[in-house]
Order: sequence, then C-alpha cells, then structure tokens
Amino acid sequence: MQRRKECVAMLLAGGQGSRLYALTTNIAKPAVAFGAKYRIIDFPLSNCVNSGIDTVGVLTQYQPLILNEYIGNGQPWDLDRTYGGVHILSPYQAKTNSSWYAGTANAIYQNLHFMKMYNPEYVLILSGDHIYKMDYSAMLKAHKATGADCTIAAIDVPLSEASRFGILNTNPDGSIYQFEEKPKQPKSTLASMGIYIFSAQKLFKYLEADDANPNSSKDFGKDVLPAMLNAGEKMYSYRFDGYWKDVGTIASLWEANMDLLGDNPEFDIADKSWKIHSRNPLAPPEHIGETGVVKNAMVALGCEINGVVENSILGSNVIVEKGAVVKDAVVLANSVIKAGATVSYSIIDENVTVGKNANIGVSKDATAEIVVLGRGVTVADGVTVDKGQMHEKDILA
Amino acid sequence: MASAIGIIFANLHEENVPELVRRRTMASIPYGGRYRIIDFVLSNMVNSGITTVGLMTSNNYRSLIDHIGSGKDWDLARKDGGLILLPPFSEKHDKLYTTRLEALNSVTGFLNRRKEKYVVLTDCDGVMRVDIADIIEQHESKNADITLVTHYGKVGNRKDFMLVNTDNDGRVNEIKLSPHVADGTKADIFINMMVINRQFLLNLVEESVTHGFISFESDILIKQLDSLKIYRYDYQGYYAGIDSMSAYYKHNMELLDKDVRDELFGARDIYTKVRDSAPSKYGEGAVVKNSLISDGCEIEGVVENSILFRGVKVAKGAVVKNSIVMQDNIIGQNTALDCVITDKNVVISDRKTLGGCATLPYYIPKGTRL
Repeated sequence: MQRRKECVAMLLAGGQGSRLYALTTNIAKPAVAFGAKYRIIDFPLSNCVNSGIDTVGVLTQYQPLILNEYIGNGQPWDLDRTYGGVHILSPYQAKTNSSWYAGTANAIYQNLHFMKMYNPEYVLILSGDHIYKMDYSAMLKAHKATGADCTIAAIDVPLSEASRFGILNTNPDGSIYQFEEKPKQPKSTLASMGIYIFSAQKLFKYLEADDANPNSSKDFGKDVLPAMLNAGEKMYSYRFDGYWKDVGTIASLWEANMDLLGDNPEFDIADKSWKIHSRNPLAPPEHIGETGVVKNAMVALGCEINGVVENSILGSNVIVEKGAVVKDAVVLANSVIKAGATVSYSIIDENVTVGKNANIGVSKDATAEIVVLGRGVTVADGVTVDKGQMHEKDILA
Repeated sequence: MASAIGIIFANLHEENVPELVRRRTMASIPYGGRYRIIDFVLSNMVNSGITTVGLMTSNNYRSLIDHIGSGKDWDLARKDGGLILLPPFSEKHDKLYTTRLEALNSVTGFLNRRKEKYVVLTDCDGVMRVDIADIIEQHESKNADITLVTHYGKVGNRKDFMLVNTDNDGRVNEIKLSPHVADGTKADIFINMMVINRQFLLNLVEESVTHGFISFESDILIKQLDSLKIYRYDYQGYYAGIDSMSAYYKHNMELLDKDVRDELFGARDIYTKVRDSAPSKYGEGAVVKNSLISDGCEIEGVVENSILFRGVKVAKGAVVKNSIVMQDNIIGQNTALDCVITDKNVVISDRKTLGGCATLPYYIPKGTRL
C-alpha cells in the first residue's frame, strides 16, 4: 500500500510584515520574536504537532535567512521525521514559469508537487502572523462531519474592526453563503482567521483553475474562496472562541506580549496541556541582583538584572544595569540597558545597546506611541528618544 | 587536537552525598538551576571536540537515561560515535564490577572498536569548565602514559581522595591515598579526570585481570609509579568538588557570584536537556534579590540568595532564603524556607517554617508533601 498522510499543513511564511517597520527589516514576520523566548512561527508549528499533524511545508520568500536557520531540521518541534516533517519551500526556477510567489494561492499552487508527494486527503492552510493555541484536529473533525469541501476557521470580532478582515456570512448550520473581503459595511462580525482546511482534490482543482485565470490576483481570500463559493462547493465556518491575535502591527505585537502578564493572563503561554515548543537559547538561569526589582514581568534565561523591570517582557541574555528602569516594554534577546537609562513603552529589538542615562519613550498614557529600536542599534549615552519614534540606525549623542 | 574519546563514570563517589543519590546517579544530581552535574562534564568534552563518549553506569541510572536521551541536546546523537550508554554487563557467574578497573574491564570491547588515540576518563563529582584539548596537548608533549588532572585546594572533609606530588617537570613522583592531614591543609588533589593512551589502557586492563588487580589507584598508579610516565595537569580554574552535602550547597551558592558564573558559563555553552518550559514569570508581589531563577518558574513571593530550578512556584507571602529549590516544587503561601535544599517535586503547603544552616542545610527528599 502506498504511504500517505491524512493531512498536510502549508504554512504561509513569506510575508514581509511591512507594518512592523524596523522589526522586519532583516527578517520575515513569522521569525519576529515574541513572549521572551519564542518566535511567531512557534505557535502554528506547535499547534500542528500538538494536533497530530507532522507534515508541514513552510513557504518562505521575504528575508528567509533567520527563519530558515531557526526552523532548521524541525527538531525543536519534533518535526524531524523520516516521512513527513517540516520542509522549507522557497520559490524555485523551473523550465517554464519560474517566478516569485505572486500571492497566497500562487504560493500553494507552486508547491502542488510537494503536497501530492504525500497524497493527502486534506490540506490545512495556515499563516505565520498570529498568536494562538488551536487544536486543528478538532477543526478537521468538523470538516469531515459536515462533509465540507472547505472549512474556514472564524472568530467573532468587534463590529468596529470587522472591516479589516475577510467576513463570513453564514447560515445557522455554519455553512457560508457569502464571503466578503474587508467589507466597508460588514453584515456580520464573523472574521476569517486565514486558517483553511480543504479536501485536497478540490483544492488542487481550484488552484489549477486559478492559475489559468489571467484576471486572478492569486489570493485565497480574494479569488479562490469566492470562486469555490460561486461554483456551489460546500463551505463551512468553524467557530474558534479562544485567544487569537494578529500581531501584524507594532501596537498589536506590544499588546499581545502584555497579554502574557498578570495573575490570569489573557494568553497562558505556560499551559502544560498545550506546550509551545521553540528553539531554546543556551543560557544559564537568569540572575536578579541585589539591586534588581522585577515585578509583573516575564524574563527569559541568561538575563542579568540589577535595575528595575516592571510590566515588561525580556528576551534571553538581556542585561539591565543598576539604576536602569524598564517599564511597559518588550526587550528582545542580547540587548543591554545601561546604568541609569529608562526604557518605557517601547519594543527594543535584539542586540540593541541603550547608553547610560538615555531616555527611550515616555510612560504609557492615552497619547503615547510605542518606540521601536531596530536590530543592533546603539543609542549613545544621555540621548532622548521621544514617543512613537522608530530607529534602524545608531543614535549618536 | 589529537583524537580522543571520553569515558564518564556516572556512579562513583555516591557515598559522599547519599541523600541526593538515593534515587539517581552522581551524574544526574541537579545543579545550578537548570543543569545536572553531567551537563558540565559532557559540555567540557563536546566543547573540546570530543564527540564519542561512553557513559558507564552501574545502578539507579533511570533518571540519567531520561536526562540524556539520545544525546542530541549535547550534539552527541551521531552515526559515528556520539553518546554510548554502557550499563553493567557481565559474563555468567561473574559479579558486577565495583571499582573503576573492573568497570573498564567490562568495556574493553568498546575501547577496542574505537580508533582514537586517547581516552579521557572522568567522574561526575566536580563542576568546572576545563579545556580538555589543552590537557591532551600537554599529555602529548610530555609523551606521558597517564596524565592526572589535579587542582590545588583545601583537602577539607574529603574522605576518599588522592594527593599528588611532582618533580619540576610535572612528573608525578609521589601519590598518597587519603592521608591524614591537618585542618585547612591545601594540596594538589587529583580531581578524578585523567588522560591515557587507549591502547595502553587496554594493555593495563588486560594485565590487571592477569594479576588480579582491583584498584586503579593502588594497584596501578602507586605500584607502577616509577615504571610508568605519569604526569599531572594542574587545572587552575574554578573547581567545585561535590564531596559532601555542605559542599554541594556551598558550591551551588557560589553561582550567585557573577565571576563564578562568568567563568563557568561565559565563554562556552553548557548544554542541557531541553524542556520547553515557558520563560519565568514574576508577579506583582515578587521580590527577588541575588538569586538564580530558571525557566518555567512563577514567583509571587520573596526569593533571596537562592537558586530556583525549572518550574518552581513560589506563592504570595512565601519567603525563600539561602535555599536550593529543585524542579517543579511548589512553595505555599506564607511559608518560609531558610537554608533548605528541596529535591524535585516537593510540595510545601501554606504557613510552614523550615530551616537549616549553611554548614548543615535541611534536605527534603524528592516528592515529599508537607
């Protein structure tokens, strides 16, 4: 008997994430650090393995170096398998039609041969932009139960935000009668999460048709899903009620980090029943010094804290010197906050040095905007960086 | 570096810390927040370019196997060599080995099959960061048969130890086994690590069987001191010898000193088993001073001058001082600990007060519920 996989996951990880500005200058959005020691892609990958899906194609395009290096052979997620496992799928040259991925549907289309290698019954399409814990196997079960050709995971969003999403208009049984991409006047608040399960043969058929259509923008939300609906295919929504956050903007990325804090955090990242796996830093336990004060914070290994850290998230090997204050901030791995400096309401990328007595950002209030310091930036001693500023280059005195 | 393999003795010296090894090996004693003693031993080998390591175990090695797995966390899951577990093995009617020499006799097959020129033998009773490549280099340049690694320090309360004297060239000319010394005496103490030529070791083992030798120290090193070229390597870095419960406590606490941390962890990575714990979390009421906190901890109370292993929960109002709290402990509300070592999975309910003193820390065994 031919070996096959029941379900293959395809993870769209090629996005630039241009609204994350300096944070994605050199890395793809799914590789952006989150929650002290994780990267965004840890969440869909961990969801896959925790849901029993062990074959994942990761489609990369924009600045893939750090992402590829991070995923490696997939071992941290138990995805180093002899049959299946994680595979990086980058655009490639062929005898005809060599091209970059032109859209989400085109990216999947260009990897039809990868999916067909496993002869799957179902294909799960994911994106690398969200923080959430979700059991895809429950969604697959629902997909089978309804006999759908396509099942779209959906979440209730506030009406005021509905026009930012693809909105599903559904019948009481969950079947979809209309699909509206970013509608100005949304008829419902049920938003597509960009997570689709297709019966594989249907997906292949519609991807081929979409590729042949010169008027298509090669996008799932704009082209493939409407085409399937118009042709009368069975499409169902799958309601998800848990925590789900798009971290595509500086503000939402900061908020999602803060959602990890508190006695009853919005998002429980320490949940032992649904472990989030990641490539772990090699570092000793963090040391909190005699003068260190750490309150309502999440701190990764290897940190040396002799200053004050409050309402903040610290990546591995961060140094906060004596007299420095880090408040309402996200500081990523290997950054140094020197003596007497203050960092408020900011996202500080990896390998940043904030000089002595420098002032980064202002305390969080209604009008404050988040400061972003890009990877490797050095801020000279005593410099003030005002709210909302974004820097990719060193800031001199 | 010339090619070498490692052999680690997981169980030797367990009599010094009986509480800690009741259900585990010397090698798998938790140390420094998120490590076990063997992590330092293995990392020294890997960081020195040794990629074939035989791990000799004799009993209670379940926790060690659980920790080591395939060896991949130390980059030792290899097709050629890698980490090779050497549990007890004996021909019918033979009894299991009790000494280093008998143990070596049981792994001549492994020693024979390898092609590397040298063998690095080491026990798991010390924590240090040593460049083994440098030891081998000296071994080669002296054209030695055996190089013993020594550290100059206080003999202290050691019961079973070996002192080494050398001539000006570093050649060993006197070995004393556990001599009586005055309090506070400092000496060159053998720290249970040596380099030896593989073929030479095989010959020695064969010879020992013929002559009925039992002890590596008294039957080989001392008896053949003049005929063998035995040199010593003077290790001058930080050394934490785990030869008693109070030494275990004291050396763990030394990690609160930044200089010690920098030396032990600074230049090279210390590998350990990955557990995928979440980063540690500090609550509104957390007051943490001069302490090492590992991943997965949740702290709501006070922690001072202490070492917390992975996944420890310190509830509101709890005060943990001068203590070593091992993996997955739960310290209840308003409970106070001072100079306590709690082994893994200990749960201490609310409003308890427990204490020892620095020279005699109060030890709470694995899995205790109070």
